[in-house]
Amino acid sequence: MSIQIFFQHLANAISLGSLYALIAIGYTMVYGILRLINFAHGDIFMIGAYFTFYLVTMFLMPWGVAFIVAAGLTCMFGIAVERVAYRPLRDYPRISVMISAIGASFFIENLAIVIFGGRPKAFPVPDIFGKVIHLGTVSIVSVTFIIPIITLIFLFILLFIINKTKTGMAMRAVSTDYEAARLMAIDVNKIISITFGIGSFLAAVGGIMWGLKYPQLLPLMGLMPGLKCFIAAVVGGIGNIKGAVLGGFILGLSEIMIIAFLPSLTGYRDAFAFILLIIILLVRPSGLLGQSQMEKV
Amino acid sequence: MKKTCTLLACGLLILAVFITGCSKDEGKEAEPEVIKIGVFEPMTGANAAGGAMEIEGVELANKLYPEVLGKKVELVIVDNKSDKVEAANAATRLVDKDKVTAIIGSWGSSFSMAAGPIVQNSQVPTVGASCTNPLVTKGNEYYFRVCFIDPFQGTVMANYAYNELGARKTAIVQEISNDYSVGLAKFYTDAFKALTGDEKAILGVANYNTGDQDFTAQLTNLKQLNPDVIFAPGNYTESALLVKQARELGITIPILGGDTWEAPEFLDIGKAAVEGSVFSTFFTTEVPITQESEKFLEEYRKAYGKEPASVTALGYDAYLVILDAIKRAGSFDRVAIRDAIAETSDFPGAAGIISLDENGDAVKSAVIKQVKDGGFVYLTTVEPIK
Repeated sequence: MSIQIFFQHLANAISLGSLYALIAIGYTMVYGILRLINFAHGDIFMIGAYFTFYLVTMFLMPWGVAFIVAAGLTCMFGIAVERVAYRPLRDYPRISVMISAIGASFFIENLAIVIFGGRPKAFPVPDIFGKVIHLGTVSIVSVTFIIPIITLIFLFILLFIINKTKTGMAMRAVSTDYEAARLMAIDVNKIISITFGIGSFLAAVGGIMWGLKYPQLLPLMGLMPGLKCFIAAVVGGIGNIKGAVLGGFILGLSEIMIIAFLPSLTGYRDAFAFILLIIILLVRPSGLLGQSQMEKV
Repeated sequence: MKKTCTLLACGLLILAVFITGCSKDEGKEAEPEVIKIGVFEPMTGANAAGGAMEIEGVELANKLYPEVLGKKVELVIVDNKSDKVEAANAATRLVDKDKVTAIIGSWGSSFSMAAGPIVQNSQVPTVGASCTNPLVTKGNEYYFRVCFIDPFQGTVMANYAYNELGARKTAIVQEISNDYSVGLAKFYTDAFKALTGDEKAILGVANYNTGDQDFTAQLTNLKQLNPDVIFAPGNYTESALLVKQARELGITIPILGGDTWEAPEFLDIGKAAVEGSVFSTFFTTEVPITQESEKFLEEYRKAYGKEPASVTALGYDAYLVILDAIKRAGSFDRVAIRDAIAETSDFPGAAGIISLDENGDAVKSAVIKQVKDGGFVYLTTVEPIK
């Protein structure tokens, strides 16, 4: 393999990995605070992409405005899901909420099939995101540069909110012990709503970025990315935001590199992601960065 | 109180089962007023566009020819969700619950193959519209189809690459979990090797899975092999993204595909990137073949206000072939209908003259089309090898 080809693979890997990282951040944050694996995260991601599609094609919004409005709407959608499917089960065992999350996931998927239709839709890609840049023999689409930057920006914003603001402090309190947080006069319901709002916002940003890179919308498009990002979150240490970013990059890198170096194993690409999950759970159940309880938010 | 309610509810449920059970038995004795033809197609999921186009054809045929032997024909359309397991479920439902006389479907050879054993065991004659893998009808005397099969299609594309494009080296990208894609890739490989007389004419084969969206790693691998042409049979959903990513990676050589690319979504999603892509298919509106083609085109344009796809014409033909067989059989007996379908010869369908061979496959010409200015343009017709 020539060095140019290697760099091409590396560029592909970084772009895929940063997408995984972006979606995994939201996943892991909700877990970190609620100890709830939000299986509907991938579907909220899908809803975000569809909202953008309809805002641009039906309401003819300029894409910049459409992105922000769609993320806002998805944010509200996420809060609504929490209200309906998770809040009534707050005082029940965790397993009930998890099953409710699976139910919510199926419900949203099938609702999307009914409302949006089963035929794929073409995501509108503004020219500046689709431009191909040639660096020597390496060809990169401009959105490939944008995704890692967006991922890092949101990583820092999120870390700031959690570690430096009063709401963030309340979130950490709820995460540690929500009974105690309630006694300290923290409005637990409000904090959880905010958490879901932020998580869904991040899912929508992920959905939009995904659409820009792979401009094809399907009601089940959130399924595989949802699972992959769950793996990314677990690999990095679920609940740990920096870990999710690391896990996303590791997953993207290893998926691309396994095809690059072992082309005959291409068909096992998805299987490989799950093998990685099993190995991590066996060897290091708390994930790569997940050992310290204090790190968890 | 709660307990009484539960008991009452249980009692009502049992009663309801009895009542419905009884009424069903009574209904059995009456001779059915309509005959049912089942249609199982992907209406949701990755192949929904393909299914929708075929259903349009079947529904149009049903509208134009609503009766056979004095009985009304009713279509029972079920969704196989672009999934092999669901395809088997859908076929079982048509056979057991709806008790259909015949079945049409499905877009996607994998789904047809999943339904194969079910229609065979329950002896329901089934006609596929655009499922091209040879295994759909092979060894299954109840499965027929109104389209050509992949060994022919693979040869057509290999010839095109060799003669028209002057290609001597090919790289292949196939959807590993799709019988249609793997089969077509294999037939292309055989034909291309025979044409070039070079065992190493296929430089590399890259695989992907159904539903994959990132093909950059596979394409980067193929790019460094420097082939003259890429053959990438697969569903339009993955293929549109695949061709787009190939162009973004700076791959400029021609990319060829199969009949499944002919869907509006292929153009919508691929946009400028799919310009110049070439694929083989069944039918073109530019060259109507039979009188039935003219009628089909006229009625379709009137009903839908657009140009029909090849698979729409095939869905239309599948319905006509079944109706014709029922007429010739003169009864609604499934076995008699099966025998009549098997004897179909020189039947003028919308997408060409249909003569079924001993496997139940139609021997027909293929059409080559290219993507140009955001639409499908007819290039040439290739006659079958007799």
